[in-house]
Amino acid sequence: MTETFSIRKYLRDLKLPFCLGCGIFTVMNTFLRAVHELGHENLSKFVFCSGIGCSAWIPSPYFIADSIHTTHGRSIPVATGIKLLRPDLNVVVFGGDGDIVGIGISHFIHAARRNLDVLVVMVNNMIYGMTGGQVAPTTPFKTKTTTTPYGSFEQPLDAARLAVTAGACYSARWTTAQSNELKESIKKAIKMQGFRFIEVVSQCPTSFGRRAGFKNAGEMIKWFKENAISIEQAERMAEEELAQKIVVGEFIRRKRLTLHETVYEIIRREEGKNVED
Amino acid sequence: MQNVIDTANHIVAYAAKAARVQVIAAYPITPQTSIVERIAELVESGELNAEYIRVESEHSAMSACMGAAAGGVRTFTATSSHGLVLMHEALHWASGSRLPIVMPVVNRALGPGWNIWADFTDSMSQRDTGWIQFYCAENQEVFDTIIQVYKLCENERVLLPAMVCLEGFILSHTYMPVEIPDQEKIDDFLPPYKPKWFLDVNKPISHANIVSPEWYMEFRYMIQEAMENAKQLIPEIDKEYGKYFGFEHGGLIDKYKCEDADLILLTMGTIGSEAKIAVDNLRKEGLKVGTARVRVFRPFPREEIRKLAENAQMFAVIDRGISFGMEGFLAEETKASLSNQKDQPLIAGFIAGLGGRDVTFKTIEKIAKKSSEWMRAGKVGKETVWVDLRK
Ligand SMILES: Cc1ncc(C[n+]2csc(CCOP(=O)(O)OP(=O)(O)O)c2C)c(N)n1
Ligand code: SF4
Repeated sequence: MTETFSIRKYLRDLKLPFCLGCGIFTVMNTFLRAVHELGHENLSKFVFCSGIGCSAWIPSPYFIADSIHTTHGRSIPVATGIKLLRPDLNVVVFGGDGDIVGIGISHFIHAARRNLDVLVVMVNNMIYGMTGGQVAPTTPFKTKTTTTPYGSFEQPLDAARLAVTAGACYSARWTTAQSNELKESIKKAIKMQGFRFIEVVSQCPTSFGRRAGFKNAGEMIKWFKENAISIEQAERMAEEELAQKIVVGEFIRRKRLTLHETVYEIIRREEGKNVED
Repeated sequence: MQNVIDTANHIVAYAAKAARVQVIAAYPITPQTSIVERIAELVESGELNAEYIRVESEHSAMSACMGAAAGGVRTFTATSSHGLVLMHEALHWASGSRLPIVMPVVNRALGPGWNIWADFTDSMSQRDTGWIQFYCAENQEVFDTIIQVYKLCENERVLLPAMVCLEGFILSHTYMPVEIPDQEKIDDFLPPYKPKWFLDVNKPISHANIVSPEWYMEFRYMIQEAMENAKQLIPEIDKEYGKYFGFEHGGLIDKYKCEDADLILLTMGTIGSEAKIAVDNLRKEGLKVGTARVRVFRPFPREEIRKLAENAQMFAVIDRGISFGMEGFLAEETKASLSNQKDQPLIAGFIAGLGGRDVTFKTIEKIAKKSSEWMRAGKVGKETVWVDLRK
């Protein structure tokens, strides 16, 4: 696609708050590009929901769209309410790894289990970015952070695989170095139904990169490029070798009845009964 | 003794170290973060011999502290704002279980109207959780209070958890000189925690059980009794601390030039230090004014408030927080303390400094002047005044 396209048509005229070189710019850009390529002239068919964290600032207040900021970790339950009220709209949740699979992990699992029809885009910068770089449940083993000055000693969580186990209809992981794959994945996910999850491994040069030993954002993207491997490649690798890698690709794509489909079906059935009685 | 110049948040970390806390469980939130970051450094470098659990939420932080405290060790956590209110359920559980957990709260406003600056509504809204609450005015007091509070909470007549509150940024990120006493002396003042009962596989107990209506009230009464005991012990411990280390902070209420004052400014936290400057300035203008900084909000120093009321004609109560639908928290409690008393002073409430807005001595002078006008007129013009509210 060679036409000139600017994401500005979807954005309010506000200054974005993200640091120079932050991967969030790529996620925002790629998402809006995907929306554009799907033919949405504006965001009136969408509602956005986010918690607290740098990544949670992606939709609100910047997108010209309905959006709701919730407390830290609670975007998915709020999105559940929105979706059940307005099943006709695309409900999209943006959030950081801490927000979505740290403090809010129980909601993530239950939304996938009950197959809530939302798309969750999680920016995994492997750290609590906004609070200044404390260890997160996604921080790679042995990484130095402000609360693990001698290196993290816990194993990181694999959110994309957790989504599959919990029942997601779609789960994929990319890095900011694969914006094209990411864009196609977002397009696919928007068109699908059910609980859809896209994890984007992203650079946070400010709170993660500096302490972890990266000079700048470019070095981190290089690291992503060099260490991203496909699911097929990963299958042939030993566990120790895999620990250093970022496995990217689609982990699942399937159809299941969604929460609102089952809920509305019961309502219709019971209402029908009442009429006959 | 060691003289340091540092932020209140780092001072909190040094106080935790001086108190030899054994288990720390915490989750970061602005403006508390530099406490847990400094503690991480102290633990990892071996300077503080403690377990530090990096939990995934404040609810888990309080729960982990409860587990450790039930195991009989000295525990510590710290939080702010949304972190504190997320803990709410666990706060009740900790006090009901009579676990002497100590938690600095770096006061910060609640959202939405997303705001990271100072406001007391976070901790004030936890006032009925059964936690003791202290409010500090300077970094030295933050250090001293944490040490004092472990001694208080672990006392068999108390056995309750406590919050040590300090205003976000105004104290948390401000450098001030602090004297840190020698460790041996602190160890002498605050010996290791020796609980009478704790989880012990050799003497098994069942913790936090079901209690029928037959006994539930009695358990609640014991918490109330413990609060009353704390009220008695707080001034004693403060005095004893003063003898050991040279710093006293006024026990339950830090009074300044109140003896002959007609008008008393009731304050909390750093507004109390600003009020002292205002009092000095106003006294030069001939106004007989004093200030009383309520240092302990739970248990509330009802008797001390009554004593203050005996000679004063008017109280001007300044609140950095609001109980919506009523008035400022301190104003509420002050009025409640004086009910059924003869010759009550006039009381006016002032809401100021919400969400980190500056409350300088000039603001306080304005409040005092308005109050003294009303005092002379013998009538309060407005029950609750929102100071410098923009139109
Ligand atoms: C209940 C609660 N606890 C703590 C915080 C402080 N806090 C704000 S954002 C955040 C974590 C941010 O990490 P993540 O969700 O991964 O987003 P990022 O900033 O890295 O994009 C924390 C701990 C909060 N807002 N609410
Ligand atoms: S702190 Fe990190 S995640 Fe947040 S805007 Fe800056 S670079 Fe991005």
